[in-house]
Amino acid sequence: MDAVQTPKQPLTALRRKDLLSIADLSAEEILLILDTAEAMKEVGQRAIKKVPTLRGRTVVNLFFEPSTRTRTSFEIAEKRLSADTLNVAIGTSSVVKGETLVDTAMNIEAMAPSMIVLRHSSSGACHLLSRICRAGIINAGDGMHEHPTQALLDAYTIRERKGRVSGLKVAIFGDLLHSRVLRSNLLLLTKLGAEVWVCGPATLIPPGLDRLGVHVTTSVDDAVRDADVVMMLRIQLERMEGGFFPSLREYFTTFGMTEARVSRAKPDVIIMHPGPMNRGVEIASEVADGPFSVILDQVANGVAVRMAVLYLLAGGVDHEATA
Amino acid sequence: MKRLLKGGRLVDPAAGIDGDFDVLIDGDRIARVDRDLPATLADDGGVVSIPRGLVVCPGFIDMHVHLREPGQEHKETVATGTSAAVAGGFTAVACMPNTSPVNDNAGVTELILRKAAEAALARVYPIGAVSRGQQGEQLADIAELRAAGCVAVTDDGHPVATALLARRALEYTSMFDMPMIEHCEDLSLKGDGCAHEGPRAAELGLRGIPGTAESIMAARDILLAEMTGGRLHVAHMSAWTTLEAVRQGKQRGVKVTCEVAPHHFTLTDDWLASPVPYDTNTKMNPPLREARDRDAMLAGIADGSVDAIATDHAPHHYDEKHVEFDRAPFGIVGLETAIPLTLDRLVHSGLIRLPRLVELMSVNPARILHVPGGTLAAGAPADITILAPDLAVTIDRARFRSRSKNTPFHGWSLRGGVAATIVGGRVVFANREVPALALEEATSSSPARA
Repeated sequence: MDAVQTPKQPLTALRRKDLLSIADLSAEEILLILDTAEAMKEVGQRAIKKVPTLRGRTVVNLFFEPSTRTRTSFEIAEKRLSADTLNVAIGTSSVVKGETLVDTAMNIEAMAPSMIVLRHSSSGACHLLSRICRAGIINAGDGMHEHPTQALLDAYTIRERKGRVSGLKVAIFGDLLHSRVLRSNLLLLTKLGAEVWVCGPATLIPPGLDRLGVHVTTSVDDAVRDADVVMMLRIQLERMEGGFFPSLREYFTTFGMTEARVSRAKPDVIIMHPGPMNRGVEIASEVADGPFSVILDQVANGVAVRMAVLYLLAGGVDHEATA
Repeated sequence: MKRLLKGGRLVDPAAGIDGDFDVLIDGDRIARVDRDLPATLADDGGVVSIPRGLVVCPGFIDMHVHLREPGQEHKETVATGTSAAVAGGFTAVACMPNTSPVNDNAGVTELILRKAAEAALARVYPIGAVSRGQQGEQLADIAELRAAGCVAVTDDGHPVATALLARRALEYTSMFDMPMIEHCEDLSLKGDGCAHEGPRAAELGLRGIPGTAESIMAARDILLAEMTGGRLHVAHMSAWTTLEAVRQGKQRGVKVTCEVAPHHFTLTDDWLASPVPYDTNTKMNPPLREARDRDAMLAGIADGSVDAIATDHAPHHYDEKHVEFDRAPFGIVGLETAIPLTLDRLVHSGLIRLPRLVELMSVNPARILHVPGGTLAAGAPADITILAPDLAVTIDRARFRSRSKNTPFHGWSLRGGVAATIVGGRVVFANREVPALALEEATSSSPARA
């Protein structure tokens, strides 16, 4: 090797206005977020859990779908960074008066927030806002598309427990068709070099999923065998009503994660679930509450990861404004 | 008034002509077509010299257009739609019945025809509804619609829901030798889908509409056309499996024809992701499909399986499209982009030659709808499209004459455009960007065509 290599500058900020999807992020950016989240987690362990990083900035949590976990997590993250936050929920907004998403966003935009955290039932709603808003847009879940901060907190939790993501066998079970958590996780885990298996009933597997670099199977045994990580996805009751499977009981007996099935995974397997859980449908309580479960760690880490995203994007906002 | 179009290449496949021929127009009819017709045949000042490189064709007919009037005049009117048509090189359009109220009775048909006569631009051929209110329950008064001027029936926008009603419609229309035009789509398979079901929709998290939703109904209707002897025309075909069903039907002698829209032979569902993710101007029904389907449409155009190119011109207001992808209405405008796209993507790419293009856009639509045109033989209406196949065109939606601007092709640079459009001997469009074109648009005070 005689080529003189320019030393590469380590990445210190996300040079982007928005976090719309994992698809947009490089592995380097993902690792920057995860590394930054480690420092943020330390803030959460102090007696006074507050730093002045986002003082004087306004963050609007614009939620068009019900959410407890994600909205609370973002709000705590924002407050720990000293941002001024407010929550706009669909029930109290002008949307009930027939206002369009674009008009709602432009009105909020006119009050000059730094960032808008958006959850919406339409895939691509965050892309639409990113085109019309100067404020940074953080995707808190758009339709069936992506839920990037969920995937980031999942990866953080895996790395915290396993020390790495690369080379691990991660098996994901459930509704592969409608899940935005699945899409973000597939993209993130494959970018970081994990071996990803996905498993669910054939009616809930979108065509072409196998072309995304993952193993697709309807066999729980094949998917769970020697897995380092088992990740469950929520099964929504309306999927049964939509005829995707015959009954919740049959779903549980065929695809539910039971202790017997977990025993085929690696002895140090971790069990994950993005919540909210349907006990006795996709996951048995003994597994959800058992020794391998890291489900509440995921929730705790969510705050740190969202602090990291807010902090790094705020640097991006500065970058844009001074450019 | 006798005018002589001198010079230029004449492409009239129905008359077996492709070469340097002159065209003599007498009033609203073609009088003579021959090599080197003497200028003395024309009235004083009636000799129009066609610059070299331009191509004179029988008028193009777009057999699938939504003019939106009556009821949705904020999207388009008969006047703005026919203005867009002539600027796009079409001398005639057939308009779909999903207006408000639906064109399921002679009153609506007469209104559309009166508006078209007032506009005096492109000819307008209304298409009536198959069923009353397009509700899929009871046949519309099809004989009355035909007497009022409808040239076909369709429930476009909605498929004919039951096999029984489709059977009855095919039987009933066979009395008049009218085609039933089907928007093929099994609604149970479509569900609330908004994009082609495939890897791209999976990645973007959009609910899918499988190609099979289209082909399963096309196959049903082809079997019914075979059973009844009725004439079936498959609208805006998009899936390779539909093309296979049509090919098999044709081989068995079924009276089935089909059309493809320019966006379905140009774009794939990759355009949903980039350059503008979730661009609602890439949302149409049937949806942009994957490369295999797009390539099948191109193959069908080349091998003769596809009968017509039709735009499915579907104007929507900016406000309606400036929303979340899954909430936006389906459809794009097509009248003013069709000729640049077909010349660039089909002819200059080497896939087909000009005579085949004229078959697809003039000869066959006239034949399928049994309307005048499709040829410039003596006695035919003087409906003429003059192409400028080498004109450099940049699509600019701000210059569209259509009331709506919903196109994914804004900013595209294409080779090939329209030089002029003549309807009933009257120049209704002359493109000022074509050098040395000696045609002037007739003013509205010019004598109306017969």
